[in-house]
Amino acid sequence: MALIEVENLSKQFRVARKPEGGRGRLRRLRRDFADVHAVDGVSFAVEAGEMVGYIGPNGAGKSTTIKMLTGILVPSGGRLSVAGFEPSRQRRELARQIGVVFGQRTQLWWDLPLADSFDLLKHIYHVPMARFAANLERCVELMEMGEFLRTPVRQLSLGQRMRGELTAALLHDPAILYLDEPTIGLDVVAKARIRAFLTALNRDAGTTVLLTTHDMGDIERLCRRVIIIDRGGILYDGALDPLKARFAIERTLVVDLEEPAPPLEVPFAIVERVEGPRQWLRFQREQTSAADLIAAVARAAHIADLRVDEPSIEDVVLRIYAGGAGERFSSTPSPG
Amino acid sequence: MRLYWEVFRHGFRRYASYRAATVAGLFTNTVFGFLRAYVLVALFAATATVGGYDLSDALTYVFLGQGMIMTVYMWSWWEIALAIRSGDIVTDLSRPFDYQSYWLAQDLGRACYHAVFRGIPPFLVGALVFDLRLPGSPLTWLLFVASVAVAVCVSFGLRFIVNLAAFWLLDYRGVGAISTACGTFLSGFVVPIAFFPGWLAAIAHVLPFRGMIQVPIDVFLEKERGWALVGVLAVQLAWAAALFAAGRLLLGAARRRVVVQGG
Repeated sequence: MALIEVENLSKQFRVARKPEGGRGRLRRLRRDFADVHAVDGVSFAVEAGEMVGYIGPNGAGKSTTIKMLTGILVPSGGRLSVAGFEPSRQRRELARQIGVVFGQRTQLWWDLPLADSFDLLKHIYHVPMARFAANLERCVELMEMGEFLRTPVRQLSLGQRMRGELTAALLHDPAILYLDEPTIGLDVVAKARIRAFLTALNRDAGTTVLLTTHDMGDIERLCRRVIIIDRGGILYDGALDPLKARFAIERTLVVDLEEPAPPLEVPFAIVERVEGPRQWLRFQREQTSAADLIAAVARAAHIADLRVDEPSIEDVVLRIYAGGAGERFSSTPSPG
Repeated sequence: MRLYWEVFRHGFRRYASYRAATVAGLFTNTVFGFLRAYVLVALFAATATVGGYDLSDALTYVFLGQGMIMTVYMWSWWEIALAIRSGDIVTDLSRPFDYQSYWLAQDLGRACYHAVFRGIPPFLVGALVFDLRLPGSPLTWLLFVASVAVAVCVSFGLRFIVNLAAFWLLDYRGVGAISTACGTFLSGFVVPIAFFPGWLAAIAHVLPFRGMIQVPIDVFLEKERGWALVGVLAVQLAWAAALFAAGRLLLGAARRRVVVQGG
């Protein structure tokens, strides 16, 4: 059995709709409701030790899914199993198995020093003293937190606080770590530090990580598998590389010619930009290979230097969102 | 239990970390105590007793009440409502503890801090200037402390429910204004309920609010004795339990039905 099993999961919310029109005063007494399908028939499974990116545009249903996985929200339909528990019924038992970090929320006690929050969490999760000390020491060392452990949380920088949040989520050795936008608002250095820590955690402790993010850098550095959802349903579930192969059909050849030249005319490529001796040629994988194209360019001009740009995962995801639910498909999930 | 003891201690220390606020609040509570006291001195110049209270009773009433403002926390406590509005409540709801007991433990820790640093000093200052009534019997002191503890629970029960309204209402301040107004008057904070016209006193007697201020102070002033005292304390305790139970039901309903705001 997989560590996380989600079958045909759905969640509807009743949302009050404000009546339209000018005579709103009287009509406001009668409220209209609309059903919103935040999550609509989602199924996936995550094996122990996987690190999965769960991505989608705002309002796609990511956070709602995570809230159901932690047992905070009760599903409207479908089946859920996390670490052998049914989240909404066995919320408290499950809580000992999971760690949660919501990037835009805090789980630390605002008025007290960081170390006090950790101390309270030790009691909340009944972590034995030796384990607590070892876990704390590892986090403090890996994320260089020594100098601000005694600082009240309200005085920490965002990067420092996020390191604190991660530590807080890991003190009780959870089997699963849910991260909801863990790097939001962080600078490059802070992001890199968090990513390195997560990689080490997954490698050394075997912690299963489910990560939602809008930062494709997080996905590319951390996850081999992605689940893409939009409008409550799954658009893609599978490895990152085939996703790129499937959607990253357009590539760009950047050539530096020995002398500035008018836009090159070579088959199957369109010159997108010219900047002095440098030209950008867009081409499609199905129509020509990079090697053929380079050969064609070499016949037309003298090449000083060149490189081939793959589209970023960001472009790929953008294409998938644009394709929308009409293009729903999935490939075989690749565990690990 | 160990956990709730730790939470209790954290509750105490959280408030202890704001010393300037404590001093400023203390000053305000004491000054208002004097304002209220001089109004009463003027009133009792015209009459010996009002509703069974003489001047000394009434002045004791005022300074106990001033000390209980923060101990019982009568006004504007919005920690849970703010957590609901920001969405931070998600974290606490996913923890392996009982959410309501956790907050009760924290609130009792807070109440201890406020009793010592915001409750006792205004009373001491009042006692230096006016002739306040101090109970002679140790049992009365004991029952007073117990009744204040229950008063904190009654207040917590009400605050918990009012805060949870934020799950359903996008703006919780309307409910807050109503509950603050009810709490201030019907608890007997402004004047003892015995000063009310008969019909209003009758209403105040069947509502939980008097358990926050009137009941503990009457215990201190030994207004009730014997079985009547037992009855008053039992009703106060029953309200604390009933409000706690109601809050629990409400939390369960919120968990099932309502969107946690803010994504």
